[in-house]
Amino acid sequence: MSDVADFFTDPWRLEFMRRGLVAAVLVSVVAAVVGSYVILKGMAFISDALPHASFGGIAIAFALGGSLYVGGAIAALTTALLIGFVSRRGLVRSDTAIGILFVGSFALGLAVISRERNYTGDLFSFVFGNVLAVTWNDVYLTGGIGALVLAFVAIFYKELLFTSYDPAMAAAAGLPVPAFQYALLALVALTTVIAVQTIGVILVVALLITPAATAQLLVRSLPAMMALGALIGAASSLIGLYVAWHADLSASASIVLTATALFIVAFAFAPRRGAVWQLIPSLNSRPAAQPQVLKE
Amino acid sequence: MLGEHSSHRECAVDVRDLRAGYHGRPALEDVTFTIETGCLAGLVGPNGSGKSTLLKVMLGLHKPWSGEVLIFGHTERPGHGDVGYTPQSELVDWTFPVSVYDVVLMGRYGKLGLVRRPGKRDREVAMAALERVRLIDRAERQIGELSGGEQRRALIARALAQEADLLLLDEPLAGLDATAQHDLLRLLEELRTEGKTLFVATHDLSCVAADFDHAVLLNNRVIAFGRPADVFTEDKLSEAFQRHLFVLPQGTTIIGP
Repeated sequence: MSDVADFFTDPWRLEFMRRGLVAAVLVSVVAAVVGSYVILKGMAFISDALPHASFGGIAIAFALGGSLYVGGAIAALTTALLIGFVSRRGLVRSDTAIGILFVGSFALGLAVISRERNYTGDLFSFVFGNVLAVTWNDVYLTGGIGALVLAFVAIFYKELLFTSYDPAMAAAAGLPVPAFQYALLALVALTTVIAVQTIGVILVVALLITPAATAQLLVRSLPAMMALGALIGAASSLIGLYVAWHADLSASASIVLTATALFIVAFAFAPRRGAVWQLIPSLNSRPAAQPQVLKE
Repeated sequence: MLGEHSSHRECAVDVRDLRAGYHGRPALEDVTFTIETGCLAGLVGPNGSGKSTLLKVMLGLHKPWSGEVLIFGHTERPGHGDVGYTPQSELVDWTFPVSVYDVVLMGRYGKLGLVRRPGKRDREVAMAALERVRLIDRAERQIGELSGGEQRRALIARALAQEADLLLLDEPLAGLDATAQHDLLRLLEELRTEGKTLFVATHDLSCVAADFDHAVLLNNRVIAFGRPADVFTEDKLSEAFQRHLFVLPQGTTIIGP
């Protein structure tokens, strides 16, 4: 019996594991809330681009001896604004603009690293993530920025909902639609900044979209999607860290793989909508969510 | 004789010498027409004739190059609540996780301004609008679960929740089956009876000819406006639609024995 207890308590005897858990849970909760908008607006590509773009700023800040967070934030926010600006001009498709800008910034980061003789291991931990290397200062900063992001979403819930759902109507109602579209990009950029240390440039997109996408399969309102997404993200962090501890795997990879597994389960078995129920005709005799079945 | 002031009051919409377009290319030229208050008016023209641009200018979303649009005698600015709007169905994201009630409540957001949450009166207005379009029993459904006709009625409920006296409807009849189209037309007629002015962009000439009070025939400029019977003459229709519409005299046999 004590073996079972040890299995669950063992990892948390170590401070870096506890610290890593707090950081991962904070990041995944914020990412799931912002990620709900990312999914609904079809911004998955942007949410992959901004972490990559932040890497350019992180590398330059590292070379200059400045704050890596500030460097990452400047690069991510600048890229977000440029993407918004270039795609609003209408000369270049927005996915093309995203592709050009984020690879440019990421390549800048690689160029800077290639000139650094020392400590490049630290920089590569930003690429692949190193949740167990976060300091308490990182955790406080993550909590602070995360709280700002969540507060913005809560205060401007109505505006973000309206401008995301129906921009034309929102503009006709007098809302400053471009301002909120830029704000949403900035929220993704800030989430990126706190997530790269924990989960790594390459895997941030998974925290933004996978838990929220899992939640979308299970619930039908935006607040519920955000709340359940946050819960799934937090659970993925916890389970992922157990997996990493016991199987001696990369922590960020374990967290993302856990989230992916939960998505697959929801995709297959979501009540009424799951792929498995669709494949079994006898279970599918009572249609649930077919829009055209309802009579006028 | 009516004075200048009172004649303004009669007109819900007064568009004068309007020119507008995109990137230097005109979409509307010398557009002038009026719509009287309390009438059901159709906006008819081929694709690319500037219908959507005209609606955008009327909503204050697109700045005209010259000319003016007076709504109940004054210039419309976004958010001032005189004009309700329903977008084309294809432009609405029906997969979004919002309920029908949520969508209708959005009609109140313009009046609320930033940050403020909808209050008791806003919720009452939204429920009344749902009641008005006979969707009250669908209030909690996700918006995409509604049928095509119900979706259009939900958008109209949102425009009603704005408490605007003029409603601009962009293609509300498109893609509906005959029954749903009939129901929607009946709703539009009821709203007119209640004093609303409705300006409906549509491709359905026969609906406008049969049921509307007023028609504006548009092809970058106004070909004609007035009573549908006067507007939909063979000359004017072929001028608007060029070779894309054949006007058959009544009694023509299309499929013979």
